[in-house]
This record gives sequence, structure tokens and C-alpha cells, in this order.
Amino acid sequence: MANQVWVYIDQFKGQATPSAWEAVSAAKSVAEQLGSGITALVIGSGVESLAQQAFDVGVDEVVVCEDGSLADFRVEPYAAVFAKVLGEARPKVVIGTASTRVRDLFAYASIDLESGVIVDATGLEIKDGAIVVTRPVYAGKLLCNEVAKKGQPLLVSVRVRAFPPPQSGAGKSGSVTKVSAVLGEDQLTTKVLDYVVEEGEVSVDGAAIIVSGGRGVNGPEGFEPLRALAKVLGGAVGASRAAVDAGWIPYSHQVGQTGKVVSPDLYIACGISGAVQHQAGMRTSKVIVAINKDKDAPIFNLAKYGVVGDLFEIVPALTEEFRKRLGK
Amino acid sequence: MNIVVCVKQVPDTAAKLQVVDSHVTWGDSPLIVNPWDEYAYEEALLLKEKFGGKATAISMGPESAVEALKTCLAVGCDEAYLITDPALKGSDASATALTLAKAVQKLGDVDLVLLGKQAIDGDTGLTAAMLGRHLGWTVLTQVIKIHEIDPAAKTIKVERFMEEGRQVCSAKLPAVVSVIKGINEPRYPSFMGIRKASKATIPNWSIADLGIEASRVGASGAFVAWPEIYPMPLKETKVEWIEGGSPQEIAAKLADKLIAEKVI
Repeated sequence: MANQVWVYIDQFKGQATPSAWEAVSAAKSVAEQLGSGITALVIGSGVESLAQQAFDVGVDEVVVCEDGSLADFRVEPYAAVFAKVLGEARPKVVIGTASTRVRDLFAYASIDLESGVIVDATGLEIKDGAIVVTRPVYAGKLLCNEVAKKGQPLLVSVRVRAFPPPQSGAGKSGSVTKVSAVLGEDQLTTKVLDYVVEEGEVSVDGAAIIVSGGRGVNGPEGFEPLRALAKVLGGAVGASRAAVDAGWIPYSHQVGQTGKVVSPDLYIACGISGAVQHQAGMRTSKVIVAINKDKDAPIFNLAKYGVVGDLFEIVPALTEEFRKRLGK
Repeated sequence: MNIVVCVKQVPDTAAKLQVVDSHVTWGDSPLIVNPWDEYAYEEALLLKEKFGGKATAISMGPESAVEALKTCLAVGCDEAYLITDPALKGSDASATALTLAKAVQKLGDVDLVLLGKQAIDGDTGLTAAMLGRHLGWTVLTQVIKIHEIDPAAKTIKVERFMEEGRQVCSAKLPAVVSVIKGINEPRYPSFMGIRKASKATIPNWSIADLGIEASRVGASGAFVAWPEIYPMPLKETKVEWIEGGSPQEIAAKLADKLIAEKVI
């Protein structure tokens, strides 16, 4: 396990999360220059199949901690394993996807490891042998280049969709090292009782297409045409703070400074004026379409395609058009 | 129930930021309480109203951060302490968490520490979990609902906002809890509250008062450095207007464009 570059594979109920493997792409971007292979660390219950998946995307070695007490993510037992394994291996860097779990894990374990954490990286490069991590700060208004000052491994989480998913089919196989859990159930202070999931909704986290509504949708029922378009496109429904604060749609849909930061391939802003706080959450989207009655709305400064018009006419027409073209 | 609320003073969300000599400036934009921390003090006040006890606000920052603490007093917190020391300049999340942990230990007899999920300047969201680890307490981040607290049994039941849905969990107190929007509706300070806060003296704590060695905080204690900070380079986008005689015509033109962009 002499690799200098490690990845942590984020999983939920034994399945790698959709963005988990993006960490491998980020790792590959630095491993070659450092002359290192990549070791993956998997912690959980029912996660042994993830080792083969890791080899398939080009990882060289895998360390697995499999234990019933690790079925649900809880920071204490996960961090105990993480700090023990990485405290012994002491690689240069560990990279994971920037999920809620990974953020907690890296923060908590960094205190034991006495090393630094950099979250939400959008770029990684090697300069003079050091890893330089680029991340947005001040809600994406500024960028920051950060480096480790002392301690290793540096723990880096990469923002969802900032790196592409790695090519699979590497056909590798390698050593799988099994390690034991560190803490017993009686040493843990937290119990996970349940998950409450919104049925049938695509989450804006990691969505490739987001159809988002603001003040212009005029009420809870105004989101219906947006939902219909999102459904045809296989996308998620987002919202501005104005729509959430008005009680038209739950907070889980909010995009912006006090909501989710998203970076889809396509962001369709319907009836959203585009306040700076909203822009902070969506400005890095690949293609932005804005539909608004007001030609002077600031959202048009970000948009690649703009439609000045009534969203209640344009959005249903767009839904119908895509339904025809996509054969749905 | 003795509750500590950690707040940070940050530039207003609408501030126009500039970088001058690698330092971020915001002109004459006001400094505010970090918006996420408003949910933390509101939750502290709601819990205090329910269970009794004390809500204490602490902040680490320059002397100007006393204004953020005055806001906390104005809305109803009982006490406030400012942790300020030239040696703290350049602290990363880790050094900040260590400093806050020492302050919580100095206060003593604390059941719950509340923070906002992240500060809108550094945007790391790391401090709560790091603070919890320093204290050796339960860590519950991204909490959108506190279902119940049993002060006698020292237990808490919460709902956490995760990518896959809301995770319901029970845990032991003392705990460090970070909260998000949706947990409550933060109150505004009353006129009386503002008057009371303006007269309050807020004690300053230095790192010596907290028993922290200078080598463990500030730029010398930080594990991470940020040598370069600069404005986000913006893609020059010029909007292409999609026009047509009917919504159907506009939709067809837009669909052509989006399919050509390969985003659908």
C-alpha cells in the first residue's frame, strides 16, 4: 500500500453513489504526475462488490472494511476506520466526492490524522511537486487555490460533476486488503432510525438537467408545467429562494447561496430574475436557458439562450416538442 | 439545557467582492451574521424557551465581530463572548474548531452546541464535525428538524438532510449540531432587545485565556493555506434570443439548439 494517491468510495446502502467514481478521475489527474498508483478505500456493509467495480475503473489496490455496524453511515465508526487505515499508510492525498457523508468523514478524521481538508474542489494540479487545489469560495464569486501546509494525507473532496466519470473496462485486478471495524456498537452515540425519501422526485444533487422555477411561476400549481418538462427530459425540478420562501415548493429544491449549488449540463430557468444569490448556485451550469417576461432580467446575462415570453405558454410547448422528438 | 451558539460575521450576501493584494474586500457593504447561523441562534432560543437554561453566543473573529454577538443578544441570547487575538489570523477550519472547542470547555456544563451548516465566506462546512471531534461529542450535521430532546436522559432525536432523503437518528448528548434552512424561521431583534444589547459589555477572550498555544492556531497552526484568491473567471456569454411567431415555433427552435448542444 505504498500508493501516494488514495480515493474514498462514497456509498449508500452498499451501492456507490452516482458521483463516487468521479473521485477516481480526479485521482488519475494527479497520480500519474506523482508516479503513483491509486488505492481505493471502501467502508460499509455489503460493499465487497465495490472492490471489483473499483478495479474496473482503473484503481490498482483496494482496502475494504466490511462490518454490520457500518451499514448506515455514521461519522464516528467510519472515521475511526478511516483514521486508522490512513494513519498507517500516510499517503499524500485522499480524494472523495463532496457528499454530506464525505464532508463529515474528512472533517472528523482530519483531527485524528492531524492533516488538512479541502472541500468542493473543482480543479487539482501538481505544481513543484505539491498538490494545488482550486475551489470556489464566497458562494462561487471567488476562486481560491489551496495547498497543504503540514500533515498528510491531505483530504480533498471534489465537487459533484467537476470531474467526469472514469472510463470503465480497465479489466484490472489487484490485491484486496480487508480491515476490521475499530469501534463496537456499544461505543457509538448515534443510531440511524429511518430515511424519509420524497417519492418519485429526481434530486437536484448531481442532476444532468434541471428545470427551475422562480417568482414567475406564481404559485405551487405553477410548478406543474415545469415538472412535466423535467419528466420528459429526465431531469430534476429546482427553485429560487423566492419560490421556496413563498411555500410553493420544499426547500430541498432550492438552488442558490442558501440552497444547493448545482452544475448540470442544462439549466432551464423559468420565471427566475437571477439575483446574485441564485446565480451563485447555478452559474457553472454548462448551458443555461432563461425564460422570462422581462427582457432586462439579470438571468439573461448568464443565459446562452433566452426566450422573452410567458413561461406558461413556452414551457408546455417545449414539453410537447421534446415528447415528440424523444419519442415519449 | 445550556446551549452554546457559534456565529461568524461575514460580508453581506449581496456584497460586491474585490480582491486587493490577495485580500478580499467588500467596499462599504455591511457585515452581517452568517445567514446559516441565524437558524442556529433561533433554534437555541426555541429550545431555551422550552426547557429553560441558558443560550450563550460565541464568535471568533476580529473586534468588529462584536456586532454579530450584539445581534445574538438582541434576539435573546443570555451571554456572549468574543474570541479575538492577533494570533488567530489565518486560522483554517481546523484551528477555528480547536479554538471554539476550548471556549466551549471554558464555559463548561454545556449540553448542546449549535452552528449554521457553513459560513458563506469560506464555504467549508467543516467546523461542526471538527469541533465535535475535538470535544469528543456526538456530531449531527445538516439538521433540518429537532424532533425531541430529553434533557434528563441526555438524548436527542433529529432529522438530517442528506442527498438520499431525510435521515432520522437518535443520539446522546452532549452534541454538536449544525442546522440548515427550514428548521425554523429566525426572529428579528426587538427594539428593546437592540437597546439592551447596545448597553451590554461583551467579554473578550484571548488564546491565553483559553489556554491555547499560539503554534496551534492562526497561520502557523493551520493545516491548509490559500496563497491565491481571485475572481471567478466568467465565461463571456452573450444571450442568443430565441424568437418566433408562436410558442410552438420558439419551442422547436430551442429544441434544435439544445439537441445540437448535446445536453439532451
